Amino acid sequence: MSGPTEWLSVTETAQKIASGEVTAARVVENYLARIANVDRELNAYLTVTSDEARKAATEIDRKRAANQPLGPLGGVPIALKDNLVTKGTATTAGSKILDGWVPPFDGAVVEKLRAAGAIILGKVNCDEFAMGSSTERSAFKKTKNPWDTSRVPGGSSGGSSAAVAAGLCAASLGTDTGGSIRQPAAFCGVVGMKPTYGRVSRWGVVAFASSLDQVGPLTRTVRDSALVLEAIAGLDPRDSTSLDAPVPRYVDSLTGNVKGLKVGIPHEYFDATIDDEIRAAIEKAKAALVERGAILVDISLPNTAHALPAYYIVAPAEASSNLARYDGIRFGKAASGAKNLLDLYMKSRGSGFGPEVKRRIMLGTYALRSGYYDAYYKKAQQIRTLIKRDFDKAFHHVDVVLTPTTPTAAFRFNSKATPLDMYLADIFTLSCNLAGLPGMSVPCGLTVDGLPVGVQLMGKPLDEATLLRTADVIEAAVGLGNRRPGGRS
Amino acid sequence: MPQLTRKEVDEIAMLARLHLESDEALRMQDELGKILDHFLALATVDTDGVPPMTHAVPMDLRLRPDEPAASLPASDAVRGAPAREGDLFVVPAIIGGGDK
Repeated sequence: MSGPTEWLSVTETAQKIASGEVTAARVVENYLARIANVDRELNAYLTVTSDEARKAATEIDRKRAANQPLGPLGGVPIALKDNLVTKGTATTAGSKILDGWVPPFDGAVVEKLRAAGAIILGKVNCDEFAMGSSTERSAFKKTKNPWDTSRVPGGSSGGSSAAVAAGLCAASLGTDTGGSIRQPAAFCGVVGMKPTYGRVSRWGVVAFASSLDQVGPLTRTVRDSALVLEAIAGLDPRDSTSLDAPVPRYVDSLTGNVKGLKVGIPHEYFDATIDDEIRAAIEKAKAALVERGAILVDISLPNTAHALPAYYIVAPAEASSNLARYDGIRFGKAASGAKNLLDLYMKSRGSGFGPEVKRRIMLGTYALRSGYYDAYYKKAQQIRTLIKRDFDKAFHHVDVVLTPTTPTAAFRFNSKATPLDMYLADIFTLSCNLAGLPGMSVPCGLTVDGLPVGVQLMGKPLDEATLLRTADVIEAAVGLGNRRPGGRS
Repeated sequence: MPQLTRKEVDEIAMLARLHLESDEALRMQDELGKILDHFLALATVDTDGVPPMTHAVPMDLRLRPDEPAASLPASDAVRGAPAREGDLFVVPAIIGGGDK
């Protein structure tokens, strides 16, 4: 096979390499050429690890020649959000304060990908410390949406979603603290999965909000999502919140059968302000499920409205604590001319962090300060319990909950005037993180302007299999098929 | 209630060890005030007797065998530091707030 390989799915890429139809070296060269050609405009990558990827491809091809097993992702080129630490490769988390830091170890998901035979193609852009919904908050560059380069790719995993959508990698990993995988997946027309809290190890993830962060795949197909999730999931003793539960063969859940599946439709999400075209696309996804035997059930998640304020207390509070480690001493950049230790802390952090990160550190410090803890952090954690109880109740009656992923399609650069406007872009995705549930976004059509729309599915803890099964049926019925970002295929 | 004063902004910035230029502090006062306003709605939610969430997914902390194992070598751990001497981090003088 000598033709283009950049649009092959993860499944096809691994199969073709295993069968000898194409070499891993060819697959890697094709991606590197396409990155050189297309990414000048899109700015998805912060670092392309060409040499390392070529070496890994040679090793895969050698193993194949020697009839050795290649692993489930053997030779599949994958991009990593730049908040996943990689041994020997710069990891910035989109922040100037980590510019030039080269980690001395691989994160757990990176180890697992390598063990599964995947090839790391590079590190992709994100909002600084994953705080944002557009990737405009990266300290380094603005990643563009491949479907319309005047629009954002979503965030914070915007480099991950843009790279997958534009055929610049076979799949990518992102992190999701309040929607940072699902929202950019929806904006870029790809499949994004946020696993159950604890399903995937957080060891080696640059921490933002430890009780909310999860790593997950962004892929072009639901089947690919299942394959990559299986490769990265599982118990890790180095993450004390990692769950000791067996990892199913997720691809086995893709039966195409949703007969009798009970799909909860929470009216609180549909009563919200949603663009008409988004609403229409979601209705088509619902209808497709009904046509195949699923049953829609009206449900209520009454505490939905409290998710946004609760999230913007919990996440900044945890961030203010996690980001205390950036002190100008142990990592990255130190300010010059500091008079003493306090001055070094203040100046290094003042010059190293961008405006959104500072805002959240301030917000978190405010909420955690002596005398305010009960009114803010404790109150927000009580509201999390209420939100979780809403879902627990709903899951007595339904198998999966369906909502839009976002109220609008991808927005234009600089169109969110205030921080609160930007926070509202995550309105439908936050509850999932607060309740620790698995959630995913799957494409369900395009707007008249050719912008992708995503439908969100949320499930019971550790029931990613039902999400994948449902998403697979939606994808087959109303997915994007072979439609790709205009003029770039 | 939560409209912030400039003094509060400065106090929080000090607690957060964050140097803010004066225009930044001014902007922060305005923006944080508006965000905190938005959070006022939380006070009206009845949470009497509701336990704060500790873990989203019920879990017991695991114990592991207390066995010695290799850790990251000190030379690797300090390699990313802006200032180091051998396997040590270099910090300015802490006692007396000296100039080094």
